[in-house]
Amino acid sequence: MFEEVSPRLHVPAPAIRPGDDPDFSHVAIPRAGAVDRPEPDTRPEDMREMAFSIIRVLNRKGEAVGPWAGSLSGEALLQGLRDMMTLRTYDARMLTAQRQGKCSFYMQHLGEEAISCAFQRALRPGDMNFPTYRQAGLLIAAGYPLVKMMNQVYSNDGDPVRGRQLPVFYSSKEHGFFSISGNLATQYVQAVGWAMAAAIKGDRKLAAAWIGDGSTAESDFHGALVFASTYKPPVILNIVNNQWAISTFQGIARGGAGTFAARAHGFGLPALRVDGNDFLAVHAASQWAVERARRDLGPTIIEFVTYRAGGHSTSDDPSAYRPKEEGAAWPLGDPILRLKAHLIQLGIWSEERHKQAEAEILAEVMAVQKEAEAIGTLHSGQRPSPRDMFEDVFAEMPPHLLRQRHEVGY
Amino acid sequence: MATEILMPALSPTMEEGTLAKWLVKEGDSVKSGDILAEIETDKATMEFEAVDEGTIGKILVAEGTEGVKVNTLIATLLAEGESADAAPATAPKAETPAPAPAEAPKAAAAPKVERKPDWPEGTAMKQQTVREALRDAMAEEMRNDGDVYLMGEEVAEYQGAYKISQGLLDEFGAKRIIDTPITEHGFAGIAVGSAFGGLKPIVEFMTFNFAMQAIDQIINSAAKTLYMSGGQMGCPIVFRGPNGAAARVAAQHSQDYAAWYMQIPGLKVAMPYSASDAKGLLKSAIRDPNPVIFLENEILYGRSFDVPDIADYTVPFGKARIWREGTDVTIVSFGIGMQYALEAADKLAAEGISAEVIDLRTLRPMDTETIIESVKKTNRCVTVEEGWPQGSVGSYISSVIMQQAFDYLDAPVINCTGKDVPMPYAANLEKLALVTTAEVIEAVKQVTYR
Repeated sequence: MFEEVSPRLHVPAPAIRPGDDPDFSHVAIPRAGAVDRPEPDTRPEDMREMAFSIIRVLNRKGEAVGPWAGSLSGEALLQGLRDMMTLRTYDARMLTAQRQGKCSFYMQHLGEEAISCAFQRALRPGDMNFPTYRQAGLLIAAGYPLVKMMNQVYSNDGDPVRGRQLPVFYSSKEHGFFSISGNLATQYVQAVGWAMAAAIKGDRKLAAAWIGDGSTAESDFHGALVFASTYKPPVILNIVNNQWAISTFQGIARGGAGTFAARAHGFGLPALRVDGNDFLAVHAASQWAVERARRDLGPTIIEFVTYRAGGHSTSDDPSAYRPKEEGAAWPLGDPILRLKAHLIQLGIWSEERHKQAEAEILAEVMAVQKEAEAIGTLHSGQRPSPRDMFEDVFAEMPPHLLRQRHEVGY
Repeated sequence: MATEILMPALSPTMEEGTLAKWLVKEGDSVKSGDILAEIETDKATMEFEAVDEGTIGKILVAEGTEGVKVNTLIATLLAEGESADAAPATAPKAETPAPAPAEAPKAAAAPKVERKPDWPEGTAMKQQTVREALRDAMAEEMRNDGDVYLMGEEVAEYQGAYKISQGLLDEFGAKRIIDTPITEHGFAGIAVGSAFGGLKPIVEFMTFNFAMQAIDQIINSAAKTLYMSGGQMGCPIVFRGPNGAAARVAAQHSQDYAAWYMQIPGLKVAMPYSASDAKGLLKSAIRDPNPVIFLENEILYGRSFDVPDIADYTVPFGKARIWREGTDVTIVSFGIGMQYALEAADKLAAEGISAEVIDLRTLRPMDTETIIESVKKTNRCVTVEEGWPQGSVGSYISSVIMQQAFDYLDAPVINCTGKDVPMPYAANLEKLALVTTAEVIEAVKQVTYR
């Protein structure tokens, strides 16, 4: 016999709210180098503990330690630092541009730069990312011209997507950056489908799916995992857990799963959980998953643990739902400062060179900004031609659209 | 084929202008946005820019020519590897302004719909069910193109819930005839992703009612991505399956989605009635670089029709078929609605009313020109469909007729539709909820004032 009680609704809540002292004691963080590196062909059931720990390479002294260290050369790391600094500078300029009314909306990456910048270094041309709105580092690391990104944000006449998309919804097939979907998670399942196509055709390409912690609640996420689990195509299923889905803390989408990475277990997929603010750890884990895909060993789920240090977008004020000091208290630190410390520790970087690089990058970004603004911004200068409005609805323009185009004078 | 560069309309009211100056010459390569020419109207001089990139082939209207009508072919733009002789078939003689279009500029760019029949006279015919025709269409296209594959619930081992994919697994194997887990949302997303990845999927929905779960993938991704990506990523895909009411399957299994999908830019929508159209349209759908919604009907699957015994028989989108010529009234329908339309026309003929019956075959693009021409002759129109009345296909047709043939109408257009209720289960109620031949006859009598 048992005692019957009326059901209660369980509503998870973050430990702290504005006015409280930031507290991340609930985030268990292992020491750098402490997590094993299983062979990429390890059976998922033999590496389940990976979903409950955090792969870290850089320690407090800026040293790269443990079995995941050593995946990148000093030169590649210097480029990685530059990519992250470029992204942060670009973000800051665009955020200001939005406040000045040059674009309607912007989304920055503050604190999350390492994830997209390092991940792209593990891919090769022909691979395809299906990103969300906080992975512009994929483009920067792939060498996509900054001016095109800015033109897109300004929706001016140089916008590669011709004024059809919200700011930051970049798109470049050539750079392995699929058009961003404004409906969260829709592309998670498409990435799996894209990878299945590669498998059907025998193309040696892989797809990378991207999703945030909050959007894992979408059915697309679960559909994607079913197909990934069944057909085992070459796909990497990335989850960026930046703790916050706008104002909703990650516990709401995660429920009782413990971690997002652990969602993989029910699907028989291998999962890694990684320090998303550690450039070296992000790259090493990505490379591990890439190796699995290239050896036809199937999909991998990676949860990148990070912290969204800025607002969700320019329309969001996070001080309404979390302490202002929370970002500074985030125990995994700042990805740029951590990589900088490592490079100094390696003896290939210095405070002076860093300062100099900051100034160079700012000058570079400002020059690009001038170039973009010379074409136009949201409300001024040259804007996309109304002709473009009627293109690309269909592969070939049907007569009624040509007529409508003529009716508006183009 | 070379791209046509037409005399632009620089304002909504402009009908002609002076081609003041060419800023490019034959053989120049241009990219989108380059200024091609200066055009003068009585109001202003404006620059005219290239939309596509390519090489200027022939300049057909010399600079300084006055009174060039809007939409006149003024030059050709060649894609890489094309020669200047690859001018469009409609190219007028060089150096002289093309004759003014016969109609107002609005309609000038629309190609005339061909009136020739779907197959040459004397073609050998064979009897085939719609089911067999659909299967043959898929099999033929899969033999022709290794990128085409079929995916859906029960399509492989079970040969399709309605046996449309009979024999396909044996011929093409499990890599191209794929049984999926039960998630329309999931496999529609997978198929869309694979189309982005270079394949040409055919997605079978066990019924289109279940595609409601996948509608975000169909509309927000398949239909819009080519546009949103600035033309970089297209989605060549066919979503097909039975649509509309079968028998005794009630509210959640009987809906007609024709009007829903017809509304979406970026989608093409076919809804065949006969076996020959099912075959010819499905083949065209599979070859189309755009996403296509292909609406079949369970009741029609087993129905036999004449199918031309022609290798590689296709039917183009946007071309209606006139099943029966008549003089007193135009009945427009598509899909299973054609059954009521044709039965009604037979019975009306016995009463001395001559009905012209048009099968639209595709709803987007829609061959409204054939409807308008017919209405100009008969002066009356009745539309027939199984879907609901508000926002129906018929209401769109009515608005087109009102705009383009108002003065020819001798009576208001009547839309025969299903009743405005979810489909009931009971046989007597279901029958009442659907459109009937008697209702079509009644509507025709109303518009002909009999």
